[in-house]
Amino acid sequence: MHVDKYEQVWIRISIFVLVVFTLAVLTATVSAGIQVPGVEGRVDPNLITTPGASPWAAPSVRELAPGKYEAYVLAQIWRFDPGEIRIPAGSEITFYVTSKDVQHGLKIMDTNINMMILPGQVSKLKTTFNNPGTYDVVCHEYCGIGHHTMYGQIIVEATADTTTTE
Amino acid sequence: MSVQSISQPIAATSGAKTAAERFSLENRLSAWQIGIAMSALSLGIFLGIMQGLEHAGIDLYSYIRPAFQSYYQGLTIHGVLNALVWTTFFITGFFTTAITRSLDLPISKPWLAKLGFGMMVVGLLMTAYPLFANLATVLYTFYPPLQAHWSFYLGLTLIVVGSWVAGYAFYFTYGAWRKENKGVKTPFIALAALITMVMWQIATLGVAVEILAMLLPWSLGLLPGTDALLGRTLFWYTGHPLVYFWLLPAYLSWYGMVPKQAGGKLFSENLARLVFWLFLILSTPVGFHHQYTDPGIPQGWKMLHGLFTYGVAFPSLLTAFTIAASLETGGRARGGKGWFGWIRKLPWNNPSFTAQNFAMILFAFGGISGVTNASYSMNLAVHNTTWMPGHFHLTVGSATTLTFMGIAYWLVPMLSGRQLFSPKAALAQAWTWLFGMIFFSNGMHMLGLHFGAPRRTMLGAAPYRDAAWNPLLMESLLGVTILTISATLFFYVIIMTVLAGKKAKEPVEMPIAESLDDSPTPAWLDRWRGWVYGAVALVILAYGPMLYVLVNEMQLIPLPPGFRVW
Repeated sequence: MHVDKYEQVWIRISIFVLVVFTLAVLTATVSAGIQVPGVEGRVDPNLITTPGASPWAAPSVRELAPGKYEAYVLAQIWRFDPGEIRIPAGSEITFYVTSKDVQHGLKIMDTNINMMILPGQVSKLKTTFNNPGTYDVVCHEYCGIGHHTMYGQIIVEATADTTTTE
Repeated sequence: MSVQSISQPIAATSGAKTAAERFSLENRLSAWQIGIAMSALSLGIFLGIMQGLEHAGIDLYSYIRPAFQSYYQGLTIHGVLNALVWTTFFITGFFTTAITRSLDLPISKPWLAKLGFGMMVVGLLMTAYPLFANLATVLYTFYPPLQAHWSFYLGLTLIVVGSWVAGYAFYFTYGAWRKENKGVKTPFIALAALITMVMWQIATLGVAVEILAMLLPWSLGLLPGTDALLGRTLFWYTGHPLVYFWLLPAYLSWYGMVPKQAGGKLFSENLARLVFWLFLILSTPVGFHHQYTDPGIPQGWKMLHGLFTYGVAFPSLLTAFTIAASLETGGRARGGKGWFGWIRKLPWNNPSFTAQNFAMILFAFGGISGVTNASYSMNLAVHNTTWMPGHFHLTVGSATTLTFMGIAYWLVPMLSGRQLFSPKAALAQAWTWLFGMIFFSNGMHMLGLHFGAPRRTMLGAAPYRDAAWNPLLMESLLGVTILTISATLFFYVIIMTVLAGKKAKEPVEMPIAESLDDSPTPAWLDRWRGWVYGAVALVILAYGPMLYVLVNEMQLIPLPPGFRVW
């Protein structure tokens, strides 16, 4: 098949650019530890809130070790439970989130935490909060007439050695 | 060899009939399909304006109750009418003209084309009823367990299946042409349109299964519940190739028609054919890049689909070169000199050309933000933020919609036999769409990227809305304002053309670009079997294992009776 010589050059450039993009994404994913949710097993949204049946029966934040937390968050129309989470600056926190009813989303502003929350599934991501401040946790998937009111907050409190950072 | 010359044997057998007589059914079908598409678009755009105002803090929904109950009902109708109805009806209407004129052969089984159209109309009415009665405020993605009225699901199914049937009428016509033209290569426009319809056939199987096997029986009370993840996966199996179903008709026009309007020729027709075949095989096995942030799908599968998505960017990069080179042949033929001088010589006074050229420019930026979305590592920064509507208003909202408007500027005169009412108003429409969309989409992109503002959200009333968002919301409101003017101009020009346009002195003809490169087309670019097998094989490879797991693990989770969240 005849292909114009300039077009041949363009084809090579196109392939090169896409290969570079692929390598850049792979490198960034590995070196910066970018994570997306994966498989965490299934749960039954109609049973999880039975007392004692699952960690989401009493959604809360637990300290596993100094500076290491895990948060079991339950999404439902139109709130996150717990709606407010307090942790000291410098903490690493792992979120386990599921929905009791329809689909929701969870995005923590100014972080890489961004996930879909589905009934029957557990979404897991972790991050470290180095800077003190208040971070809004916003539902970003349409979940009904009150969707825009569904949000929570993470309050990262300054500790003795982090007060000097911004 | 030019496209027209190869179909002369057929034309010769048609005797002395004029084109209007030979294609009277096709013209009527096209006119109805395009008319319905534009009616849907007018209402869809009206609701878009309401949303833009709401984001800027001006909530007018309280004034239009009880016609529309809420922002979210308006948003649902905006999405369904603009993204599904406007596109599907326009595309079948446009193809009815494009395929039959490209083959120079009327539809060989008219009853099939009429049946397809009838199904689409019935489907539209069945979809519209629950939408307007506020019984299906589930957005155009209808993610379970949001439960719409059954009529919504059945109506959508009929629209899609009706478009399949319209496609079958095209395939039979192609078969009839092939019988008379053994060994002749398929004219480019017909080939591109047929490939698009076959791609659509493969791509819509996902949503067809989602609706027919899960959502419809569930909404009728025959199934106890739904599986949210399986529903999303089947939806996005269709959801990504859906965007190519919107885009490929625009590409068809850019490759096969715009060069002619620009006074030039299609630069490399063989590559253009290859591009469409590549879209056939690569459009579908990429859907997980819409589900990067979903739980329950292993990261490896997401990565694989991300890789394939870069693959499907390749034919679009080829397109960028070929189209620009084709336009250059036009600019030079019109006396343009130097590296850039040819650009000024392009027919900027032709609204059909100008609208489509601006659609290409806007699409370049839409393509860039699309590659960002598809990137496994960067998607987290923008997923479900206003970046997304910023992106797809450049793609389906500009590359597709502005191109279709440009097509309408010759197609409506052709079908109505009247001259375009005011080419100046139509030109102003193209310019205002360009600038309106630049402001709107830049505001939305930046708001999502810098502040993470969520999409599909009544931002004007959100408690977490920050004052720092206001400049960007105002920028997008400025865009909405200019787009409102543009849309008004469009409907003004179209309505006045049909009602008050002067009778055309000579019949308007479909622009068909000749090929610049007269080297022979390799046989493998005109054979269906291998490409279709390849497409199916890639879909099975990319989706088979994961769908097997999801179906095996399916939980049909019930919701309390009468659970309705809007």
